[in-house]
Parts: sequence; C-alpha cells; structure tokens
Amino acid sequence: MIDAIGRPQSLLVLGGSSEIAQSIVAKMVPARCRTVILAGRVGPRLSAAADLARSAGAEVVETVAFDATDTSNHVEFADDVFDRFGDIDVVLVAAGVLGDQSVDEHNPVAAAEVIATNFGGLASAMLAVTDRLRRQGHGRLVVLSSVAGQRARKANFIYGASKAGLDAFSQGLGDSLEGSGVRVMIVRPGFVVGRMTEGMNPAPFSTTPDAVADAVAHGIESGTTVVYVPSVLRWVFAVMRHLPGWLWRRMPG
Amino acid sequence: MMRTRLGRQALLTGWGRTAPSSADVVHAVHPDVVDQAMRIAASEPSAGRGMIARGLGRSYGDAAQNAGGIVVDATWLDAIHHVDFENGLITVGAGVSLETLMERFVPMGWFVPVTPGTRMVTVGGAIAADIHGKNHHRDGSFCSHVTRMTLVTPTGSIELSAQSDPDLFWATAGGMGLTGVITDATLQMIPVGTSYMLVDTERATDLDDVMGKMVSGDDGYRYSVAWIDCQSTGSRLGRSVLTRGDHARLEDLPARLRQDPDKARAFHPRTLITVPITPPSGLLNPLTVGAFNELWFRKAPKHQTAKPHHMTGFFHPLDGVGSWNRLYGRKGFLQYQFVVADRYGETVRRVIERLTSLKLASFLAVLKRFGPGDPGPLSFPMAGWTLALDLPVGYHLLGSLLDELDQLVMGVGGRIYLAKDSRVSPENFAAMYPRLDEWRAVRHRVDPDGLLRSDLGRRLGLCSDVNTEPGHLRPGPGSGQPAPKKKRAPAKKRALSTPIPPTERTSS
Repeated sequence: MIDAIGRPQSLLVLGGSSEIAQSIVAKMVPARCRTVILAGRVGPRLSAAADLARSAGAEVVETVAFDATDTSNHVEFADDVFDRFGDIDVVLVAAGVLGDQSVDEHNPVAAAEVIATNFGGLASAMLAVTDRLRRQGHGRLVVLSSVAGQRARKANFIYGASKAGLDAFSQGLGDSLEGSGVRVMIVRPGFVVGRMTEGMNPAPFSTTPDAVADAVAHGIESGTTVVYVPSVLRWVFAVMRHLPGWLWRRMPG
Repeated sequence: MMRTRLGRQALLTGWGRTAPSSADVVHAVHPDVVDQAMRIAASEPSAGRGMIARGLGRSYGDAAQNAGGIVVDATWLDAIHHVDFENGLITVGAGVSLETLMERFVPMGWFVPVTPGTRMVTVGGAIAADIHGKNHHRDGSFCSHVTRMTLVTPTGSIELSAQSDPDLFWATAGGMGLTGVITDATLQMIPVGTSYMLVDTERATDLDDVMGKMVSGDDGYRYSVAWIDCQSTGSRLGRSVLTRGDHARLEDLPARLRQDPDKARAFHPRTLITVPITPPSGLLNPLTVGAFNELWFRKAPKHQTAKPHHMTGFFHPLDGVGSWNRLYGRKGFLQYQFVVADRYGETVRRVIERLTSLKLASFLAVLKRFGPGDPGPLSFPMAGWTLALDLPVGYHLLGSLLDELDQLVMGVGGRIYLAKDSRVSPENFAAMYPRLDEWRAVRHRVDPDGLLRSDLGRRLGLCSDVNTEPGHLRPGPGSGQPAPKKKRAPAKKRALSTPIPPTERTSS
C-alpha cells in the first residue's frame, strides 16, 4: 500500500532497464518499496537493473519479459504479474525509444515502429495493468511522457508525436479512473541528460534521471496529476505552445 | 466492477484524508447483512479482496479501508438492545456512537467508561482500537469495561467475553477489526451525578514542570491531560497547559444549575461551526499554529481550581467544529502517537526537540500518562508517557523524520498507536509489538483463510491478497528468473518491434 506520505511498497516498471526507472527504483526502495518487478527485454541490462534494486535493499526483485509492441500478450503479462506478486502500488511506464529522426524521416517503417512502441504498445499495456489496478482498488500509474509531446519540433516530431499520443491517452485514462482509487500521474521531463541522449547537445532546461526520480517521488506524495521536470518547464511550455509558427520553426535542434 | 449487489462502490479515507482507496461499501442494516457479506467474501477466496468493518471513520489512517474489497458500514448497527439501569450495564449495536450513548444515558446518570478526544466513534471501533481516554491512569482502556460482545468471524458468530475465550477477546481488543466484525457489545458504564466536570487548570513553564506535576498529582484526579506548545524552544521547551478534573456532583455546581437538576444533567452537544470547504494545504503553518499556541497558552488561567465545565468542552473541544480535518488542506494530515515507559520521559523531550528544531507545526500536541496496559497483544496503552502530535502532510522530510522518531521510540521499548497510524513500516511495527505472532495465531484460528483484510493490514503485512493456490506461490527473495511466457511473438515480428536504444540504432 502507498502510505500517507506517498511511499509505495511495491513497484512494477515497464521498461525496467530505463535509466530514469533505475533512478526511481533507487529512490523508492530505501523509502519503503520492498517488491520491485522489472519488466522489459530480458538480457544483461535488465539483470543489472535487478542487481541494483537488490543492492538498494529490495527483498523481492524479479525480472519479467515484456515487449511493448507484443500487444496480444499484455493481458496475460498483467495477470501473471498481479497474480504472482499481489498488490502493485505503483506501475511506472518507462519503456520507450527515441529513434533517430534524421534517418526515420526517410524510413516509414522505423518511424511507425517508434510510434507503435511509445504510444500504441504502451497504451495497450496500460489498459491491461489498469484493469488489474481497478480491481485492487488503489494504485498509481506513473507515465513518463515528455515535453517533446507538448509541441512537436521539426527535428524531433516522430518521437514528439508518439509522446503526445501517450500523454493524451494517459490524461484521458486518468480522468476515467476518478473514484476508482487508481490515479494517473503524467511526468513531462525536458531534455534528460543520460544514456538515451548520449552524444546530443543538451537543450535549455535540461535535467537528469535523479531529478526526474525526485520529482516523481514528490508527485506521488502530493497527488499531482502532471509533473514537469524541471518544474519551470510548465510555464516555459505554456508560452511555447502559443508561439507563432514562424518563430517555433526557428527553434534550434 | 461490482462483485456484490449488496454494496456500492465508494472512495474511502481515514480522518487524516490521506491514501484513498475504493471498496464496495455494504450498509449493515441488520447483523444478517454482516453474515451475508462474509459469505460473499468467502465464496471467492482467490479473486476476492476480503472485508473489514468501518464505523465513523475516525481512525486517522487506513484501518477502516479495504481496497477492492468489501467494507461493512457498521454505523447501521445502531440499536440499543438492553439497559440495566441499576447496574449501568448496557447492550448496544456496535455502530452506536459514544455521542449517542452520552446523549441517552448521561441524563440518566451513566457515562461511558472511556472516551477519547472525540465522541464521534462507534462502540465497535472503540473495541477494535482498544481506545483510551484521559482517565487511563485510573480506569484503563475501553475493552476493560466490555463485559461481552458478539463477534462475527468467517468460522461463525461467537458470543465472546474475557472469560469465555480470553485469547480471542484480547486479540479483538486493539485487533483493528482483523479478527471479525463486532455486531453488539455490553458495556459497564460509570455513574455520574451531572453532565459537568470540576476542572483544575494550570500552566506549566516547561516539560520537566508538567511531567513533575503529572507524576505527583495525577493520582488525585480521574481525568488528566496536558496540551503542549510544540513551538516553544530553549528554556520554554514543552510549556504546557495541564487540565485535570473529575465529574461534578450536583452539590458541587453553582446555584443556577443546582436549582435546575435537569439542566445540570443535560447533554445536548452542538456543532458550533463546520468547515465548509477544503482550504489550500499550508493554512496550518508554523506562523498560524504559533499564533494559535501563543493565544491558547495565554488564554489558559495560570492556576484555577474546581471550575465547572460541561463535559463536551472538557472531553471533546474539537467536536464543536465540524469536519475540522479539512483545515489541513488537500494533502491531509496524520497523527503520530507513541508511548514509552515512565522512566523514558527523556524520549518525549527528544521527540519534541526534534520537531521544534525542524520548525514543524504541530497544531495539537497532547501528553498523557497511562496506567498499566491490558492483556491485548496489539492493544496500545502501557504504563508510561504517551504523546500525540497532529502533523500536516507535505513537508518533504516528514517520512524520514517519523521513521527516525520510530527508532527513538523502539529503542526504549515503546510503540505507536495503530488507530492513528498511516505510515509505519511493517518491520518497525513488528518490532514494537513483540507479541504479534501470538495475535496472528488467534486470528488464524477464527479466520484461517484470511478473509478479514484492510489497507492497514496489507500495509503492515497482517493480511495478504497474494494467491496462495499451488503453482502460484510467491517467489522467494533473490529469485531473478524471468517469468515463463506461454506465448511468444514470432521471431521476425520481434526483430522489428523490440524497442532498440538509440545508441544501438544509430550504429546499426
């Protein structure tokens, strides 16, 4: 159960080897979280993430195979996890790919794949876990979106569109869950300096996986529905969304 | 999804308004409904989420919540079954509130044996939490005055008393509803002459002063409690207002009341004002609380004796303000209440010091000295000092601060009160209640399938929803094997659709 101060006791991560997810696990385990289920592509990265969770002090750590685009398997996946481990207090949706815009623009298959993973696949997985969360009568669905979905940039619009879809889906899902005891929290980080963005020039208001983890922990405690990291981006994008097109097109990157 | 047509889905929290969860709420309009709900919970042992009884929802945390399961609203069990006026023995439905008992019986000369700081609790809840009052040093806790009760358990309805089945009786006292649903109980009331109290009030300059006064003087009073200003520091740390008193006899009262005995026995509580909306969190901050504390301290007489006060003001000052829990705002609040043995008064000082050093605003800090505890393995009171602190949720270090206070309390063999708790860890809880296994064994006897469940029980590991059918056993710690997948996507599709990190993408 999540306690009065917003500390969960069990966590399921979709995209368990994600760097941001690892920071969140490292933050939540010492606070209370004794059960950590890491779902993702089974391999050395996922095992390493599991080792990190164990060394942080989690008592039950399990890796489970999960493929965002394998939608036919999502209900079975959710049932398996919830049947075996009981209540899941927080489901962290951290899976996703960045793609390579300059290549993908000319490769419709690859572009569709980014969207299928980040949006369609996760939407399916979220519906599968939401069904179980609804039945358990409590829980949080924490969705890692991105400010890239707030207004698509020409340099990043495939990824941006996939996050915009995920973001809108999560907002609507959250509204539909009112009164169910389950709440959705959307996290919109700016440019996150880390493995996913290695070799890229950080955009203004860039952040780190640790800062995202702090914001997520604080957001769960306060019951917020949308979290920007850093928080100033809420106001930056309130303006950005309304910039005239000719100016927005000149945004660097 | 509704699993029972008996109930209606509702979102519930405790008095602290934290950690909401949804449940099917079943109105127990008759004890038969409790049996029926229990049968429904039992009929789906694997998919079901069990049941718990709920009274007036005054537990601060998650004790009367059962996420995804059944919550029996026991306030409908409000009948008064039997009254023995001569001996003060009354038998009532478990949903009858202490307020109702006072309204009905104080004018007849009988008062509840134990009352907490609010009248808005049910008899069932009072037993489940084994509540205490300002008279604990004299009269013990609530269950010491319960002569019998009816307990509906998954293995049947039991006529229960401390003599018939002491283990089950005392496991139910403070068992937070996890041993069964109490449907009625018989209480030994105490005789009173009027609805007034004779109260002595004095100010204490610091913590040593108030503790000294309590140790030397409490025995002379039936009721005693100290309000502590948790914002004073240095030499004024722990400055307090100590109020002590006893029930007034008719001849103790001023002439105006003496000549009108009906008025002197009247009990008509009124809610003076109700907080209509939830203000933003942060209304109760160090500044406003500090101002209130200063006012409260200065308002209290330096020394006043035998002043007549009505029971409502003496026992339940906050009941005059409806929904006062809203004042803490959207994020809600919690109460930290602990007890340590008499010789560890120093722990009380360290806790207050820690709070004042962080400038945390505790609006309500109450110090009281307990007498010996009763035999309940999960019953809270034990001889010593108990301090209760109301704290708003929102301060980012609140969680680690309270964990730290747990360590201080555990270090000297103390414990915290489950009726107030909403955040203790399962490990700390188990260390604070060393007779937990004894309690588990009794619970297992009457509820072998673990149908009685609550959010508090889940949080503290007292009950579980994990499917324990063969083949669904919970994996042990450290087993890192991936789950077997029954169905795998074709290799070709996987190669296309597996998320590929960008670093790998660009190099391929």
